[in-house]
Amino acid sequence: MTSNKKWLSVPYIFWSALFIVVPLGMILYYGLTDRTGAFTLDNIIAITTAGHAKALRLSLLLSLISTIICFLLAYPLAMILSQVQMKRHNFIILIFILPMWMNFLLRTLAWQTLLEKNGVINHLLTFLHLPAIKIINTPAAIILGMVYNFLPFMILPLYNALAKIDPNVINAAHDLGADHLHTFTRIILPLSIPGIISGVTMVFIPALTTFVISSLLGGGKLLLIGDVIDQEFTRTSNWHLGSGLSMVLMIFILVNMVLSAIFDKEGEGSML
Amino acid sequence: MAKELIQLIDISKSFDGQMVLDELNLSIHENEFVTLLGPSGCGKTTTLRILGGFASPDTGRVVFDGQDITRIPPNKRQLNTVFQKYALFTHMTIAENIAFGLKIKKKSQSYIDDKIRYALKLVNLEGYENRMPDSLSGGQQQRIAIARAIVNEPKVLLLDEPLGALDLKLRQEMQYELIRMKNELGITFVYVTHDQEEALTMSDTIVVMNQGYIQQIGSPESIYNEPENAFVADFIGDSNIIPATMIEDKLVEILGTRFACVDTGFGRNKPVDVVIRPEDVILVEPADGIIQGVVTHLIFKGVHYEMEVTANGFEWLVHSTTLFPVGKEVGIHVDPFNIQIMNKPESEDEEAVAIDI
Repeated sequence: MTSNKKWLSVPYIFWSALFIVVPLGMILYYGLTDRTGAFTLDNIIAITTAGHAKALRLSLLLSLISTIICFLLAYPLAMILSQVQMKRHNFIILIFILPMWMNFLLRTLAWQTLLEKNGVINHLLTFLHLPAIKIINTPAAIILGMVYNFLPFMILPLYNALAKIDPNVINAAHDLGADHLHTFTRIILPLSIPGIISGVTMVFIPALTTFVISSLLGGGKLLLIGDVIDQEFTRTSNWHLGSGLSMVLMIFILVNMVLSAIFDKEGEGSML
Repeated sequence: MAKELIQLIDISKSFDGQMVLDELNLSIHENEFVTLLGPSGCGKTTTLRILGGFASPDTGRVVFDGQDITRIPPNKRQLNTVFQKYALFTHMTIAENIAFGLKIKKKSQSYIDDKIRYALKLVNLEGYENRMPDSLSGGQQQRIAIARAIVNEPKVLLLDEPLGALDLKLRQEMQYELIRMKNELGITFVYVTHDQEEALTMSDTIVVMNQGYIQQIGSPESIYNEPENAFVADFIGDSNIIPATMIEDKLVEILGTRFACVDTGFGRNKPVDVVIRPEDVILVEPADGIIQGVVTHLIFKGVHYEMEVTANGFEWLVHSTTLFPVGKEVGIHVDPFNIQIMNKPESEDEEAVAIDI
C-alpha cells in the first residue's frame, strides 16, 4: 500500500483500540488480580474446581458433537453445491445464508417456543395422538440450537474449498484409474482440508463460548462454561473470576486459531 | 497403414439443445499422431472427452481395439489424458503424482520407483521427485502431467491443448519434445489444438473440425496444399480464396481472366472456389503477368514482405522476399499447380459435411 493511503485505516485503528485492545487489557487485568488489586492466579486456577471443570467439559463435549454433526451435514451438501451450475448454486447458497440475516437471539427464542413442553411441536404431536417429547432443557436441545445456528459457518468454507478444486483434477484421478472412493479419499478430501479446518473453527469456537443457546434451550439447568462466565459478570459481580475463566477459554480459542492459520493459508473462511 | 486402434462411429452429442457433434466418424491408427484442429466450439475437445470417457455420446459408439468402450468409465480405459492446465495434484510431491495411477493398480514399490525414474528421464526432469507441483514452472508442470500419464503405459495418450498456457518459445520447444516422446514411447497420440502451426509441425494426420463436423482429414501437406473447402483453406495459414468458374478441365476463369490449372473432373462452366497461397502469388513486371494490379499495402514480416495488390477488383495477399513499394503497378503470375480448385458449398451446411476416410 502506498503511504498516502495509510490514513484510510485510521478510523478502524481507533475503533479496534477502543473496543478490542482496551477490553482485552481489562480482562487481563481483572483476571490476574483479586478484589484488593493484588496479583493472583487464583481466578485462572479456579477452572479446576468441580463445578467449573464440569461446565468446561460439558461445553467441550457439546460443541464437539455439534461440530461433528455440522460437518456431516455440510460436507455432502458443499460437494453437491460445488458441482451444480453457476446459475442455480447462488440461489441455493442464499437459502442457507438467509436464516443468518435474522437475529441470532430471535432464532434461538423461536426454537424455545417450538420445543417447549406445551410448545408448537408437542401440540402438533398431541394433535396427531403421538406421545409428546421432552427435549427442552436437555443437552439435545442445546446441540440442536448450536447446529441450527452455526451450520452456515460450516457450509461456506467447505463450499469455497471444494469449488476451488479444478474439475480436471478429479477427472485426472479417474483417468489414472481411481474409482469414486479413491478419488474422494486421496484427492477431494485432502484438497479440502483448509476448508474443513476453517469450518470446524468457525463452528467450534462460537459453540464453545455460547451462553445464549444454553440458557434459552438448556433452561439454566445445564451450565456451560459460557453461562458460568456470564453469571460471574452479571449476577455475582465477580469480574475477577469471570475474567480469569475467560482467559482459560481464550487458550482453547488461540489453539484453534493457530491450527487454522497453519492449515487455512488460502483463507477459505475469510468469505464470512 | 498400421491397424485401426480407435473408431468413432456416428457420434452425436448436444449440450442444452446445442448440437456439438453431428454423426462424427473417425478412425485412429496405431502409433499415429492425430491432431484434432479447429476453432473453439468446433467439437474437438468434446471428441477428446468422449474418447477419455469424461463425456458420453448421445448416440454412436466408441470402439477401442475391437471392443465397444462407449459405456466404460474413464478409470477402466486403456487411455490416459494430459489435461489443459496440467491438473496436477497440488497436495502431493512430483513422485507421488507420478505414482498415483500405479499405486491404484497396486504395483510393487520397486516397480513404481523404476517407473518414476524412467518417466522423469523421459521428460527431462530428473531429480524433481520431492518437489511440489506449485514450485515448478508451467512448462515443467506440463512435463510432469505427461510423465504421470505415460507411466501407466496407455496405448493412447490424449492431450487437450497441453501447450495452450505456455509462452511461444516454450511452446515451440515442447512441440519437438512431444514428437520425441511419441517416437520413444511408440504409442498413439491424439492431440487437440486450435493452433494450426502446432498441428502442422507435429501431426501425422490432421483432422480439421468446424461446427461439429469434420471438414478434412489428411497429412499436414495435403491439408495445407490441397484444402477441400474454403473453411480449411482459411483456417490453415493465410490464403486468397476467390470465387471462380471452371471453364473446362485444366482451365479456370478467376475474376474474368483465364488461368491454366492442373485440376480436372469438375465439369464445364462450373462455379468453384480457388485457393492460392500468398507465397504462390508471384509479382512480376506488368507486361509479364497474367493480370495487372497496384500494390496497396506493404508490411515487413521478418522472413518476407506481406503485400496487398488490388487486381481485377480483388485484394490479393502476397508474400514475397522482393519488395514492391505501395503504388507500384505490378503483374501477377500464378503457376498452374499452385491453383487449388474447391467445390463450392451448395448451402451453408454443405460446407460442414462429415467426410470419411
